Amino acid sequence: MIELLAQGRRLDGRSLLDYRPIDIKCNVIQKANGSAQVTLGNTQVIAGVKIEVGVPFPDTPDKGLLVVNAEILPLASPYAEPGPPDEDAIELSRVVDRGVRESEMVDLSKLVLIPGQKVWAIFVDVSVLNVDGNLIDATSYAVVAALLTTKMPEVEVTPTGEIKEKSNMIPLPVSKIPVSVTFARIGEAMVVDPDSEEEAVMDARITLTTVDEGHLCAGQKGLAGGLTYEQIMFAAETAKIKGQEIREIIKRAVSSVGQRER
Amino acid sequence: MGKLINDGIRVDGRRVDELRPYRLEVGVLKNADGSAYIELGKNKIIVAVYGPKELHPKHLALPDRCVLRCRYHMSPFSTDVRKPPAPSRREIEISKVIREALEPAILVEEYPRTAIDIFLEVLQSDGGSRCAGITAASLALADAGISMYDLVVACAAGKVDGTMVLDLSDIEDKEGEADMPVAVMPNLNIITLLQLDGILTHEEFKQGIDLALSGCKKLYEAQRKALIERYFKSGLNQQEEAE
Repeated sequence: MIELLAQGRRLDGRSLLDYRPIDIKCNVIQKANGSAQVTLGNTQVIAGVKIEVGVPFPDTPDKGLLVVNAEILPLASPYAEPGPPDEDAIELSRVVDRGVRESEMVDLSKLVLIPGQKVWAIFVDVSVLNVDGNLIDATSYAVVAALLTTKMPEVEVTPTGEIKEKSNMIPLPVSKIPVSVTFARIGEAMVVDPDSEEEAVMDARITLTTVDEGHLCAGQKGLAGGLTYEQIMFAAETAKIKGQEIREIIKRAVSSVGQRER
Repeated sequence: MGKLINDGIRVDGRRVDELRPYRLEVGVLKNADGSAYIELGKNKIIVAVYGPKELHPKHLALPDRCVLRCRYHMSPFSTDVRKPPAPSRREIEISKVIREALEPAILVEEYPRTAIDIFLEVLQSDGGSRCAGITAASLALADAGISMYDLVVACAAGKVDGTMVLDLSDIEDKEGEADMPVAVMPNLNIITLLQLDGILTHEEFKQGIDLALSGCKKLYEAQRKALIERYFKSGLNQQEEAE
C-alpha cells in the first residue's frame, strides 16, 4: 500500500484526495423532526433529529440544548459489540458534536421558551449501520443534512408559563453548513476519506471542519502517530477546498427535499 | 367506541383482513454475513446476521449445537417521543421472544461450539415491529446461508372496536382491546411465537389465529420473492416460468 501511495494511487483506484461516492437522502424517517441517510462508499449511517422541551443548563439559561450522540450498532461490523458506547463511539459523537456546535450552525439563542426554565432540546442521534472507514465524515454529513431539513412545531408561551403547540411546523433556525474533512497519514502520504483497510494501517488521523466562508471551526487529531507542520497546513488548505465540494452535495440533497414538498 | 372502524373500513382505509403495505429486501448490509430490510406500514427495520462464529467467552459454547443470540433495538429517533439509546426492559423481552421464535427453524446441531448473532434495528416503529422484525430476521438468516427447516414469518391479529382485525397499526394497538402476535413456519405449520394481551373469547381467539396465519401466508410469498430477487439476478419472471 505504501508503495502505491508513493505513486499517488490507492488500493481501490482513487487518487489521494478523492472521496468515495457520497449519497445523501433526507427525510427518510417520517417520525423524526429531521433525518438523513448517508452512504460514503460502503459506510452507511442514518441520523434522526428529535425535538423536545427541556431544561437549560444553569450556566446557559438563554440557550437551547443540542445533543449529538452516535452509536456504532452491533449490526454494523463483525467487531462491534452490543453495550454502552465505547471510546471510539464517544470520540465520534464528540468530534461531530464539536463541528456542529462550534460552527454555530444552529442558533441556540432562538430556541428559548422561558429563559432559565424551558428551552427546546435538539437531540441528534446517529445509528451507524455499516462500517467501512471514515465514520466521522459520514456521521457529520448525516447530522448536518438532518438538521438542515428539521422542522419543529411553532409554539406560543402563555403568560402563565404554559407552552401551546400550534399546528404549523417551522424550520429549525439554522444558517451555516459545517463540513468535516478527515485525513489519514499513512507513512508520508496524506489521504482523505480513508476506508477500513486504510484505517487499519494509518499512523495518524486528523479531522478539520470548515464553515461556508472557508474558516476552520473544529479539529481533532487522532491515533498515536504525529503530523508535521507542513502536513497540518496541507490538511487545512485541502479541507477548505474539499469542504466546499461536499457542501454543494449536501445543499443539493437538502434542496431536492424542498422541491418534493412544493 | 366505533372510532377506529367504520363500515368495515379502518382508520387507515384498510379492510379488517388487509395487511399494511409492505416491502422486503435481502442483502442490504455489506459487512454482515446475512441481512434483510422490511417496511410494513411505517415500520422500517434492518436486520443483520453474523455467524456461525467462534463464541467468546468460550465456556458459554455448547458442545452439540450453536448458541443463538438476538438483540432487538430501537433507534432513538424511531418513536414519537425520543427513546433513550440504552436497551429497555421491553426491548430485552422482545429480543428473547424473537430468538425463541426463530430458533425452532434453525438446525442448531449443524453448528456446534459456535454462536449466531441476530441484530434487529428498528429505524422507525409502528405497531407490530416484533412481527416485522421476525419476518426480516428469518430472511437475513437465509441470506447468511444458515441451514433451516423452514422460513419463519410473523404477523399480528387483534381486536379493535369489537372486531377481529389483521396487522394492527400503532393506533389500533394502543386504542384497541387486544393484540396477538403470531409467528409460524408456514410449510411445517408450526407456530413458534404466540403472545396475547387483551381479552378475547375462545371464538375470537380462534378467529385471530386464523387471521394472523392468513397474513403470514401473504408475507411468506413476499419473503420468497425477496430471496429469489436476491439470488436469481436474471429476474423473477424466469423463475416463475420455470415453476
